[in-house]
Amino acid sequence: MATSAHLQGSVRFGDEVLFDQLELNIPAKQWTCLLGASGVGKSTILKLIGGLPTGGQFDGSIEFKCALPNGGSSAPRIAYMAQSDLLLPWLSVRENVLIGSRLRGDDANKSLADQLIAKVGLQAHGNKRPHQLSGGMRQRVALARTLMEDTPLVLLDEPFSALDARTRFEMQALAFDVLAEKTVLLVTHDVSEAVRLGHQLFVLSPGHVDSLSPDLQSPLRELNNADVLDFQSRVLLALNAQNVSTRA
Amino acid sequence: MKTKTYNFFEMMLPVALILVGWQLVVWLSGVPSFILPGPIKVAGAFISNIGLIAEHGWVTLIEVVLGLLLGGALGVMTALYLMISARANRLLMPVLVLSQTVPVFALAPMLTLWLGYGLSSKIAMAVLIIFFPVTSTFLDGLRNTPSGFLEMAQSMRATPLRSLFLVRVPAALPSLASGLRLAAVYAPIGAVIGEWVGASQGLGYLMLLANGRVKIDLMFAALIALCLITVTLRWLINIAGRKIEHWSCPQSGSSAA
Repeated sequence: MATSAHLQGSVRFGDEVLFDQLELNIPAKQWTCLLGASGVGKSTILKLIGGLPTGGQFDGSIEFKCALPNGGSSAPRIAYMAQSDLLLPWLSVRENVLIGSRLRGDDANKSLADQLIAKVGLQAHGNKRPHQLSGGMRQRVALARTLMEDTPLVLLDEPFSALDARTRFEMQALAFDVLAEKTVLLVTHDVSEAVRLGHQLFVLSPGHVDSLSPDLQSPLRELNNADVLDFQSRVLLALNAQNVSTRA
Repeated sequence: MKTKTYNFFEMMLPVALILVGWQLVVWLSGVPSFILPGPIKVAGAFISNIGLIAEHGWVTLIEVVLGLLLGGALGVMTALYLMISARANRLLMPVLVLSQTVPVFALAPMLTLWLGYGLSSKIAMAVLIIFFPVTSTFLDGLRNTPSGFLEMAQSMRATPLRSLFLVRVPAALPSLASGLRLAAVYAPIGAVIGEWVGASQGLGYLMLLANGRVKIDLMFAALIALCLITVTLRWLINIAGRKIEHWSCPQSGSSAA
């Protein structure tokens, strides 16, 4: 079940145009990274694709393609993971992982939940409550909850930005590993994160999108490789060039 | 535990000062005890009439507790209904707000007329007086669920009702607890107003009776019994409220969006 997405259109907030004729292609089973300065509309794009309210008006189309024989173009189920872990504080780790099926009224697959909790390395903590865990552990729970949803398309909105550098590095590898078969859209402002994880990168600026496809080994990339570092500086330059043109 | 005893003494200090001041005013001004009895005389009246006060206090306590239960349940159900139905919210909310401009005191004679001199008219008064604070605080809580939780629920294709009961309601319980804290203080007021207007039992009735017989010390003793009931109820609800808050939000704001 692989899904790709194609977004085309413009977004306005009242009279202010956030994007005019934006076009984004999100290929199936790959990590697509959206980079850009704060306020440029990265999260808005993510919410549009996720079918969540953005507070703006969108004129355009979002098409999804399922690689199934009968794959239609209707919106697939998506899973969403944000900077704040959004764990419900009154539920245990296991109950938080199972919250999706409870919210839909489906049968809860408890053994799968336990497997996923073990997969993110929290098997000893299934009965704990979120406030008893560190920030990195809570983000692991959120990752397990995202996996539990088992959706073809996963939207990540700066999920690692609140973590310390070392935990972030570990979480990137873990997330990349466990989300290998998914189509992932990652919004981030961390250039090295995008370079490490992205099959392709979009650098966003007001009214403009730069598409950068690294001609490199596929992710997860080693950041000490010379070619990777070279690509990283190209991305940085693209970001900075846009900042300059924005100010001008 | 240590901080708790400290807090208790800290809490009792102003009360003790007020009692001392009160006694001093009585001694120094030489005001006759049928106008203003001192706290020592009131304590004496309290002890010598303890049976009478307990008998009437029991009636008031029942009225207040039943009023709290009924009014709380009605408030919770109304808030949930207003949350589920946008139409009910449009139609009912103005009526609810408008109803709050009517002083409940003014309704007491009618309630006594309709429901009689027994418990039910007092319970109805208590319900009327606490219904709105409970409804509006709980409704506020239900409407202020962190938007991240709701977006997550929406992305999981939660049904609206499940989203309400699994996300909004647990997140709103601390607001409900503060509404119930208010209710614990208001409900005895409602019950006593009802007793003043027409009753043959209860602390409000006892106060009127003592007043009519110029037993002002007994009137004060009944008043103090009422205060004790209110403080105890508020204390109990406070303990329950803290437990609920701790359950719903162990470190407030730490993991909420």
